[in-house]
Amino acid sequence: MEVRVSPTRMQLLRTRKRLAVAVRGHKLLKDKRDELMKKFLALVRRNKELREEVEEKLGKAFKSFLMARAVMPPEVIEEAIMYPKRVLEFDATSVNILSVKVPKFSWAEKGEAQESEIYPYGPAATASELDFAIGSLAEVLPKMIELAEVEKSVELLSAEIEKTRRRVNALEYVLIPQLEETARYITMKLDEMERGNLTRLMKVKEIVRERGA
Amino acid sequence: MSMYKIGVIGDRDSVLGFRALGVSVFPVADAESAKRTLRDIVKEGFACIFLTEALAANMGEELERFSREPLPAILLIPNNAGSLGIAMRKMKAAVERAVGADILFQEEVGKQL
Repeated sequence: MEVRVSPTRMQLLRTRKRLAVAVRGHKLLKDKRDELMKKFLALVRRNKELREEVEEKLGKAFKSFLMARAVMPPEVIEEAIMYPKRVLEFDATSVNILSVKVPKFSWAEKGEAQESEIYPYGPAATASELDFAIGSLAEVLPKMIELAEVEKSVELLSAEIEKTRRRVNALEYVLIPQLEETARYITMKLDEMERGNLTRLMKVKEIVRERGA
Repeated sequence: MSMYKIGVIGDRDSVLGFRALGVSVFPVADAESAKRTLRDIVKEGFACIFLTEALAANMGEELERFSREPLPAILLIPNNAGSLGIAMRKMKAAVERAVGADILFQEEVGKQL
C-alpha cells in the first residue's frame, strides 16, 4: 500500500494516536455487534414461536368465521358485530436497545362488559360458530400485538447489526492496517535517516583525523 | 385517550371479526386501495397495523418505506385462505442480512416452497 505522509517524528506521533483511537473504536463496535447479535437471536427465536402460534390460531378463527357466515346471513353478522362492547385502549412507547429505538406496545380493554363478556350481541339471533370465531380472535389478538412488536424489533435490529458489522470490518481490514503501515513506514524512514547521519559523522571524523595527522 | 391506534387492513371476509374486539377495521378489495388506506391511517396515528399477506404481496415498496421507522409496526397476517409464507420469508431475509447466513429457517422454508 502506498503511504503518502512526510516521514517526520510529528507525523509518527499523530499516526500512533489515530491508531490507538481506531483500535479502541474497533473493540467497542465489536462488543456492540456481539451484544446486538445476542439480543437479535433471542428476538428471532421468540418471533418464530409467536408467528407459528398466531398463524395456527388465526387459521382456526377464520375457519369458524367462515362457518358462521355459512349459517348466518351476512347482514346479521354485520349487525351483530357492528357496535363492539369493548374498546381496545392502545398505546405505543419506544424502548432503547443499544441505541436502536424499538416500539413497545401496551393495551387494555375498556368497556362496560365484564371480562368474560366479549360478544357484542345477544345469543338469540346468532349462531354459536360466530362465538367461536370471536372468542378465538380475542385469544390471538394479544399474541398478534406482541408479534408485531417483536417483528418490528427484529427488522430494526437487523439493519443496525448490518451497519455495525460494516463499520467493524472497515476498521479491521482497512483503517487499522493502513495506519500500521504508515507508522511502520515512518519508523523505517526515520531509522534510515538516523543511520545515514551516523555514517556521515563517522566519515567526517575520519577525514578530520587524517588531516590532523 | 392515547394518541396511538391499532387497526386491521384486509379483505372484508377475513378481517371483519376484529371489529367485535374493538379494533378498527378497514376492509379493502385490492392492493391499490390498501396502499391508499395504509397511507391515510398511518397519518392518523395508527401505530400497529395488521395487513393480510395476500394484499401485502403486491405492495412491496409501500411497505419498504415503513420498515426503517420504529412506528408504525406493520404485521403481515394470513387471510382466511391460509398463510402464503411471505412473513416467514421476510424474517428469513432479516436474519440473513444480520448474520450473513441463514441459520434458523433452512428446513422450514424449504418445506414451504
